[in-house]
Amino acid sequence: MNAEKHILTMLVDNQPGVLSRVVGLFSGRGYNIESLCVAPTIDPLVSRITLVTNANLPAIEQIEKQLRKLINVIKLRDLSGKEAVRREMALICVKAKPENRAEILRIVDIFRCKVVDIGLEHYIIEVSGDMDKLDALINLLKPMGIKKIARTGAVALFREPN
Amino acid sequence: MEMTGGQILMQALVDEAVDVIFGFPGGAVIEVYDELVKTDIEHILVRHEQGAVHAADGYARASGKVGVCLVTSGPGATNTVTGIASAHSDSIPLVVITGQVPTQLIGNDAFQEVDIVGITRPCTKHNYLINDVADIGKVIREAFYLARTGRPGPVLVDIPKNLVSAKTKYKPVTQVHMKSYNPTYSPNMKQLKKVAKLVKEARKPVIFAGGGIILSGASEVLTAFARKTHIPVTASLMGLGGFPGSDPLWLGMIGMHGTYRANMSASFCDLMIGIGVRFDDRVTGKTDAFAEQAEIVHIDIDPTSIRKNIAVNIPIVGDCKQSLASLNELVADQDSDTLLNRKKEWLDQIDEWKKTNPLAYDQKDIIKPQFVVEKLFELTKGEAIVTTEVGQNQMWAAQYYHFDRPNNFITSGGLGCMGFGLPAAIGAQIAKPDRTVVDIAGDGSIQMNIQEMATAVQYKLPVKIVILNNGFLGMVRQWQELFYGKRYAATCMDCAPDFVKLAEAYGAVGLRAKKPTEVEQVLSEGLATPGPVIMDFAVEPEEGVYPMVPAGAPITEMLLV
Ligand SMILES: Cc1ncc(C[n+]2csc(CCOP(=O)(O)OP(=O)(O)O)c2C)c(N)n1
Repeated sequence: MNAEKHILTMLVDNQPGVLSRVVGLFSGRGYNIESLCVAPTIDPLVSRITLVTNANLPAIEQIEKQLRKLINVIKLRDLSGKEAVRREMALICVKAKPENRAEILRIVDIFRCKVVDIGLEHYIIEVSGDMDKLDALINLLKPMGIKKIARTGAVALFREPN
Repeated sequence: MEMTGGQILMQALVDEAVDVIFGFPGGAVIEVYDELVKTDIEHILVRHEQGAVHAADGYARASGKVGVCLVTSGPGATNTVTGIASAHSDSIPLVVITGQVPTQLIGNDAFQEVDIVGITRPCTKHNYLINDVADIGKVIREAFYLARTGRPGPVLVDIPKNLVSAKTKYKPVTQVHMKSYNPTYSPNMKQLKKVAKLVKEARKPVIFAGGGIILSGASEVLTAFARKTHIPVTASLMGLGGFPGSDPLWLGMIGMHGTYRANMSASFCDLMIGIGVRFDDRVTGKTDAFAEQAEIVHIDIDPTSIRKNIAVNIPIVGDCKQSLASLNELVADQDSDTLLNRKKEWLDQIDEWKKTNPLAYDQKDIIKPQFVVEKLFELTKGEAIVTTEVGQNQMWAAQYYHFDRPNNFITSGGLGCMGFGLPAAIGAQIAKPDRTVVDIAGDGSIQMNIQEMATAVQYKLPVKIVILNNGFLGMVRQWQELFYGKRYAATCMDCAPDFVKLAEAYGAVGLRAKKPTEVEQVLSEGLATPGPVIMDFAVEPEEGVYPMVPAGAPITEMLLV
């Protein structure tokens, strides 16, 4: 069975050690975490963890069950399907030689992202969007030379029914 | 009312009806001990913290209550890890309280500081580091609640030393509310109806029972179900005693050292009902070949057990006892004779398997370990609580001591932890002072927690230790004999203590049998002697446990005697 990307989002108790329980479950059972994002919700006692993992069907079922079994996981949802909005943000530091500067700005414009820092030799670009958009942008910038990149990992929310 | 953390802790333990704690003191829990002596709770001073946890484990299994341990920080805490891991594998309810260095020193690599919560995270059901004296009451409540509900397990509570003397206003905690913890007890009736239908149609069904039967107290409903529907029953090591070993429907244990008929039945059945099991690899062998032709029903309270190791047709999350009780109602109107007729051929086939390949051994001039266990079974009329060490001794106990009742067989099943049997026997004896408690041991394993002899003697606990002394780490030697060209690397123990003298050195009684004719005499005398007794049986050094399924092979591929 083929491994597929899954975005799991969970509400967890906002307490020390909780993240380590979640992460320990992955390392202890040999599952892989592709990206991970944690921050408090509007309820200060609850945090949201969004986690992207690659797994085949039986494995993802087991991962989800194991996560639900953790005492500090309040709620878990697989947001890989259509009914969710998914976004990721990245800061990309790209080499900006004089001959490339115009081209970079054109790409930035087309992708509706922003230049947030300009130097003699570089731009830092801020981009947000779904993961495909980020990958496409990164591919286009690669030939100019990407010096550094920081991605937040995906966050996602279930779309409210109308 | 203002109370200290230590007083609140004691109050919480009393509220949980704790009557005994297994422990070992140290600097970080000295104040806790100072409070403990003021209560009516009995404290059993073990000789090693691992012994405390196994003893609490044995106590929990024999009594059906939560076992409680108390140890100090650092080495005291790390010494509990093996015991906790064993209880975790076998889903045994424990609360382990560890002292921790004072809050302000945590993280400073203080004297006797270890991150025991970090260390035990993967081998506890849940664990806590308490940061505030005001939380002690609530956390202890939650710990007991978590330990005994749902799929039970060990819970560790780490309490910094300064919180024990800190004061706070005492608020009794009456109810536990945990929004993220809600075990499913009631099974899905639609799914159960499908099972009832399969039961009606099946010609070659088998019930596979596990430790969940014992933990949920489902033996009676299981027995009623099997007898009504005429379905033969096998069990995992952890499930032994969940169904009467003397019942004609009993197949014996399944798996690597299962009986021929149990393994054949499981492999050729058309319906397998797994209840309170997790389809461990020691049971299934090669998973692709396991119960290949069967519709598989799996009932368990832990959703993660289901479809973890094998694919199932009807998954049911729920308590074993409730599920079986409901099933009994659903099959009530099925005609027992018709059900029996459908299975005639199947039951005949099973009888045939039993006849062609029964459990067997040949008693000649050297004592056979199986003979010792059989004699022990006879002399105790099958009424003893039996704990075991790990290895061949454990498997012979499982094969030749036939358990008719639950909670009488106490073994480290999932972890297979040598050194378990003696402390577990101590715990079981404390839970059941009037019962005969026997540790069936190997000469290797018994040395792993032999120091607990002193505990048994100190508290006048009449545990009987039957050492099947083969001079080898026998189970590993057997693998070497069969699969590693008889190269006995590091499995021959050339130096062993004289166990009779050792018993005497501890102030206990030691007996020895060297010949088959002495076995009965030594057992009778040992069982009749008050106080702890070590019985040392010089058994056939290279006897093997059979049947044996090589690791990873289908369970039909048994090496027979
Ligand atoms: C703590 C621990 N260490 C190692 C093992 C591996 N092991 C499994 S059985 C066994 C041999 C046990 O020897 P003994 O207690 O003499 O029992 P026998 O098999 O001879 O009955 C060993 C070493 C284990 N199960 N537990």
